[in-house]
Amino acid sequence: MAGQDSDHALVVENLSVAYPLKGRDRAGARRRLLAVDDVSFAIPRGTTLGIVGESGSGKTTAAMAAARLVPHSGGTIHLDGEDFGALDAAALRRARQRVQIIFQDPYSSLNPRLRAAEIVREPMLYAGRTDRAEQERIIDELFEAVGLRPEQKSLFPHQFSGGQRQRIGIARALSTRPSLIICDEPVSALDVAVQAQILNLLKSLQRQFDLTYLFISHDLGVVQHMCDEIAVMYMGKFMEQASRDSFFAAPGHPYSRALLDAVPSIEAVDRPRPPLLDGAVPDLSEPQTGCRFASRCPHALPRCENEVPVLADATGAEGHHRLACHRADDIGPAASG
Amino acid sequence: MAVQRQMTESDSQTPRAQHPLREVLQMFVGNRAAVVASVILLMIVLAAVFGPMLYPTDPFEMVWAPFTPPGTDGFILGTDYLGRDMLSGLLNGGRVSLTIGLVAALMSVFIGISFGALAGFYRGVVEEVLMRITEFFQVLPTLLFSMVIVALFGASLTVVTIAVGIVSWTAVARITRAEFLRIRELEYVTASRAAGASNMVLMTRVILPNALPPIIVQAALMVGSAILFEAGLAFLGLSDPNVVSWGQIIGSNRTYILDAGFTVTIPGLAIFVTVLSISLIGDGLNDALNPKLRRR
Repeated sequence: MAGQDSDHALVVENLSVAYPLKGRDRAGARRRLLAVDDVSFAIPRGTTLGIVGESGSGKTTAAMAAARLVPHSGGTIHLDGEDFGALDAAALRRARQRVQIIFQDPYSSLNPRLRAAEIVREPMLYAGRTDRAEQERIIDELFEAVGLRPEQKSLFPHQFSGGQRQRIGIARALSTRPSLIICDEPVSALDVAVQAQILNLLKSLQRQFDLTYLFISHDLGVVQHMCDEIAVMYMGKFMEQASRDSFFAAPGHPYSRALLDAVPSIEAVDRPRPPLLDGAVPDLSEPQTGCRFASRCPHALPRCENEVPVLADATGAEGHHRLACHRADDIGPAASG
Repeated sequence: MAVQRQMTESDSQTPRAQHPLREVLQMFVGNRAAVVASVILLMIVLAAVFGPMLYPTDPFEMVWAPFTPPGTDGFILGTDYLGRDMLSGLLNGGRVSLTIGLVAALMSVFIGISFGALAGFYRGVVEEVLMRITEFFQVLPTLLFSMVIVALFGASLTVVTIAVGIVSWTAVARITRAEFLRIRELEYVTASRAAGASNMVLMTRVILPNALPPIIVQAALMVGSAILFEAGLAFLGLSDPNVVSWGQIIGSNRTYILDAGFTVTIPGLAIFVTVLSISLIGDGLNDALNPKLRRR
């Protein structure tokens, strides 16, 4: 993975996020919770990387750390080839406009005291773009691009529906022309009918403005629709990382398969239901000695509990496909339905 | 048909941009007690501001026989134990009481917001230190503490105002901190931070405006309690002897409460009506600003 590759909007290497806990462990070191553990990814400009995982898997934390909204405890972050992870506070504030976020909850993500136009204007003000006429031009352009009417510019957030609010949030994220947009479950809080509209809007905006997305979701259907590349995260670690087609054609990791099996589908109604996962999730405040998924994995061997698997190229997969599983070759790539 | 047409028409129309403050005003106007209280308070304020000009009798001058009952010899509210005009005392005293109430409340709002905002925004050590200081002031016996301040620095209007302000800011600090703790976790604050807003901008321009409603309610109620506080100090003779205030009139006439009750009840009534009006306004503001009660 090339650290200074300028074809990539974002290159993250060995990113870790640790939260300090109270007390010390037996060795006398401060206890800490490793929410994100040694995660690397790169997003080519104009493409979408999806991070999927269950609640608490660290996918949002990883994205927020990449945007430096959560302090990272290790690793490097390069944005457009520049060392974004090492910027000091003042330089970081100036650079922040280059990473914007679309949030999950359209109700708490808009300041209730600002009119729609002011919400879209806010990032431009902080970025020092003070030319009023230029601001108005960008606001008009963005309102049209996200499908809002010009006369809605003077309305307050409570006068919009959830889907419209999300459109304002998208316009806000676009107003500084960022290099990277983090979509943090942008449709999870919306009606199914509105979800499709917003997803299609995000796709058409990507084509229109050549946007790069880091897309976080727990919904594999949404990820399949949106993303060029997919990373499966579990308990702070990437379990599998592959191009979309390779992933959905042959998910290699037992956890990925369990996720896909959990997606309800009409064709699967008559088939025997795969066993649900049981077992407990590991305690991340303790140092991990093996695979984090071993406690719930149906294929786990003693080795899985004693040796941490590393991401390695999957054998026999087409294109880019990496797995972190000791038994990847034994259980073979699954043909998924 | 008619109904249907109406519906499509209203659908195609964009709702008018309604400022959140207008909604608050509508709610407030709907609260009858609060409106009546506002009118009464407005009259009291006008009387205190313009009364002394329209009724220029010196409140300290002995103008007539002591204990002239209200309504006799042209003295609408009578005279006190030294033969001073009660109406003049009430008008001039209103100025002092209201000013102290307002200034002391503003002062405690300023201190309280500063403490609460910094504690709630920065958390950690800053929060620990600031909130321990707040608790220190909270557990001080307020009347005793303000008496000590007045005794140390002299009974001037400024000292009394500062004394009242210093003992009553803790509630504002706690409310502000609670609101900041809640709002700083909301996504629009993260959005502003992600757009490059500095901590100062986040505190003053993003979080504070959204934290204001409960602070405004508390500030309104505090004007009332500051007036009461000043009256208490004045009653004990710990207020500026060179200015009349309602509490001071009560204090100086208290010996004659059985012989000439009106000298005590009239300023007492003035305090009662003023503080009650302010409380009712505070309640009205609370209902109007509390989004949980607001109809959709």
